[in-house]
Amino acid sequence: MKIKKNVAISDSGFIFNPDTGESFSANPIGMEMLEMLRDGMDYEEIRKNILDKYKSEKDTVEKDYNDFITMLKQYNLIENDGQKDD
Amino acid sequence: MTDKKTIKIAVTALNAIDSPGPGVSVIRGLREAESFDVQIIGLSYESLEPGIYMHDLVDKTYQIPYPSSGTSALFERLRYIHEKEKLDMIIPNFDAELFSFMKLAPELDKLGIKTFLPTVKQYEEREKFNLPAFGEKYGFNVPESKAIHNIADLYSIGSTFDYPLVVKGKFYDAGIAYNIDQAKSYFNKISAKWGLPIIIQEFVHGTEFNVTGLGDGEGNTISAVPIRKQYITDKGKAWGGISISDKEMLDLTDQFISSTKWRGGFELELMKNKEGKFFILEINPRIPAWVYLAVGAGQNIPEALVKLAMGMNPKPFSDYAVGKMFIRYSWDMIVDLEEFQQISTYGEL
Amino acid sequence: MEKLRYERPLIRKLESDMPNKFGSRTEFLPKTHIDGIAVKDLINDYGSPLFVISEKNIRETYQSAKKAFTTRYPKIQFAWSYKTNYLSAVCNVFHQEGSWAEVVSGFEYDKALANGVSGKKIIFNGPDKTEDDLRKAITNDSLIHIDHLDELYTIIELADEMKQKPRVAIRVNMDTGVYPIWDRFGFNYENGQAWDALNKIMRSGKLELVGLHTHIGTFMLTAQAYGTAAYKLADLAIGIRNRYNHKIKYIDMGGGFASSNTLKGAYLPGTDTNPTFDDYAEAITSALINSDFEPGNLPLLILETGRALIDDAGYLLGSVISNKRLSDGRRNTIVDVGVNLLFTSFWYDHKITPAREFTHYVEDTVLYGPLCMNIDVIRENVSLPLMNKGDQFVIHSVGAYNLTQWMQFITLRPKVVMIGSDGKPYLIRESESIESITAYEKMPEHLKSFKL
Ligand SMILES: Cc1ncc(COP(=O)(O)O)c(C=O)c1O
Repeated sequence: MKIKKNVAISDSGFIFNPDTGESFSANPIGMEMLEMLRDGMDYEEIRKNILDKYKSEKDTVEKDYNDFITMLKQYNLIENDGQKDD
Repeated sequence: MTDKKTIKIAVTALNAIDSPGPGVSVIRGLREAESFDVQIIGLSYESLEPGIYMHDLVDKTYQIPYPSSGTSALFERLRYIHEKEKLDMIIPNFDAELFSFMKLAPELDKLGIKTFLPTVKQYEEREKFNLPAFGEKYGFNVPESKAIHNIADLYSIGSTFDYPLVVKGKFYDAGIAYNIDQAKSYFNKISAKWGLPIIIQEFVHGTEFNVTGLGDGEGNTISAVPIRKQYITDKGKAWGGISISDKEMLDLTDQFISSTKWRGGFELELMKNKEGKFFILEINPRIPAWVYLAVGAGQNIPEALVKLAMGMNPKPFSDYAVGKMFIRYSWDMIVDLEEFQQISTYGEL
Repeated sequence: MEKLRYERPLIRKLESDMPNKFGSRTEFLPKTHIDGIAVKDLINDYGSPLFVISEKNIRETYQSAKKAFTTRYPKIQFAWSYKTNYLSAVCNVFHQEGSWAEVVSGFEYDKALANGVSGKKIIFNGPDKTEDDLRKAITNDSLIHIDHLDELYTIIELADEMKQKPRVAIRVNMDTGVYPIWDRFGFNYENGQAWDALNKIMRSGKLELVGLHTHIGTFMLTAQAYGTAAYKLADLAIGIRNRYNHKIKYIDMGGGFASSNTLKGAYLPGTDTNPTFDDYAEAITSALINSDFEPGNLPLLILETGRALIDDAGYLLGSVISNKRLSDGRRNTIVDVGVNLLFTSFWYDHKITPAREFTHYVEDTVLYGPLCMNIDVIRENVSLPLMNKGDQFVIHSVGAYNLTQWMQFITLRPKVVMIGSDGKPYLIRESESIESITAYEKMPEHLKSFKL
């Protein structure tokens, strides 16, 4: 699972996809997940980082992560390389 | 130049698009004011309102919450903006937001922010569904109008209305329906966007004219400029118009202002039928988007409005140039993504 | 290091539209406490969902309504409209404040008596009063508001038989400029029905005509309609005085004032647009004062205000069951409160706020109840903070009609707690148990056993 390379992510939570011209905004945890995805982390690592930092549970994070990925796919922000790594 | 006072004015409706809000035209009027200088604070609802990016007209823009969020949310935001900007005045220009600003006017006044708006009574009396009562009370010809809340009511109004009839939204949008199916389709379309009620209005045949003007709240006409729209887009918006001299229309406008003691800017939508009788189709309780034609014809309505609000006693205009035209055009601005990002993430630009 | 509060990740497309009525009505400011008690603790102690009623709010609202009228008119009496909320604890707050009772059925009548309201201070409305109901009301000298001619004839017969002079009023319906006219109740003013009924009463000599009543509708958004109605009742009262030299004692304007809720389809929130008690009071009292009553001789003004007095005092607390996405990508949230408890979600866009702090990030959500039915929608579109399973929320202004029109459907109805003026919670209705339902069932002998 990789964020498309040319997608611009700014610190303010503003995301721009130059391929489609669409822009998005994300909340702070959404931003963190995007950064981690961009850095090539897999789900296990992302979950660990989130749980280290925030009060939550594995099931909740897993469900929210999957939902987040679904939205990223729907918005065409994920590299479409056919690979599935979660 | 420097001896002129600078007034800081916040203006809404920066959506100078194909169905334009009046904000940008109002600001152009203000920038050309002879009696004062201005600093303009734009108030926007959406990040793509063109006025936000017109830096020669608008000094800084803040996003504000939709009217549907309620007046307390709006007031909080305005107070924040006022803390930073020290506003002297606000000119709201959207129908849908006027009620909220009217409600807030006393609170804003306490903060030192002036407005010059119609009273709640004036605002309500001229609502589309109150038009028949308005006509009767003040002696104007108006089309038969009725508010309906239910699509089924379209069947029962058949006894009062003949087709074609006009289906109108509470704030915006209208369609001419030639049969019940079209009426139903307009009902659904318009109510989905603007809520209920939907107003059913008798269709008056004739030629449409418009007047924009300004009342001082005491019954005096400060300004009145009649026009005929020359080109109307498929959205029903004027793309060209010309100022005309019609004594009867000016008299009607004076009568409107003196009988209602109208306070603030307005637009009358009039229909002149074959017998030459004028009907009032709609009274918009704010300045129209084509107001810059009035400015160009010699009556700077935005300037006079500010003077009224600031207690600067404007002299009533006595004249305007007949035969002045406005021709609207669209203009592509080049905007950097950073600016869009700024307004959409921080709500300020 | 203390871990940070978690919130689900959110990404949202920035779209540009002109403002329309779906512009977000953002409701992220939390309601963490009700009258000083934490929502969290209430749910912990009494379960979720839970109805909570604020005694303080009832008394304050009542006092502000009363003041709106007493500062404008010399003689005012409120009568609590039982159907709006007849939990006895709620009724008794109103009775302690001085309200009479307004009832529309034998059941409500008995409830008012059981609460300790004297028969003389019960107003009996409605089209369905049985002969037994009427006998009881006549014996107790209650105020009977006649709805139709059949009832009028029955009362005349009963008066004869019981050798008593019942105290009556008629309900009048009329054109107040607001449509539809509620003309199925009572006698019409414009077409002469009202006069016809009044003549029959006066000529019979067997009834004491004490008042005139109307109830022009509910959730009336124009105060002026009440001015028109009051003017028309005053006109009838003066006509009776002139024709029969008889003075009626009161004019009862019924209920119908809007609460602060927002009607579905409205663009602006109800808190901004709905008339205030002062607006209604101004319309009614100025119509009465400017009519032909002699200044020193104005009739008593009775008000049967229901929802406007109790709506804001009621809260419904609940919890999130799950978050899902609809097939079109829209977020939906399932909560443990359904339309079985919140009947008024058919009419209102109820205000809903979380019970704890969230960030300002919100998502448009469809809010579904837990019933297995498609109509079970609490809000079709609401911008809510990023609530997750177990997060608690507060639905506002639910005090009117929900606790009388709620349905027992596939589950049992929850507890109702009143937070007293002393700031303490009092359980005023137990949650139902399976026995509360099955106790009323009867099993025919041959259906008692089966083998599977
Ligand atoms: C006769 C009568 N009085 C009073 C009420 C209370 O009305 P509301 O709750 O609208 O104030 C009703 C409600 O329908 C009613 O029918």
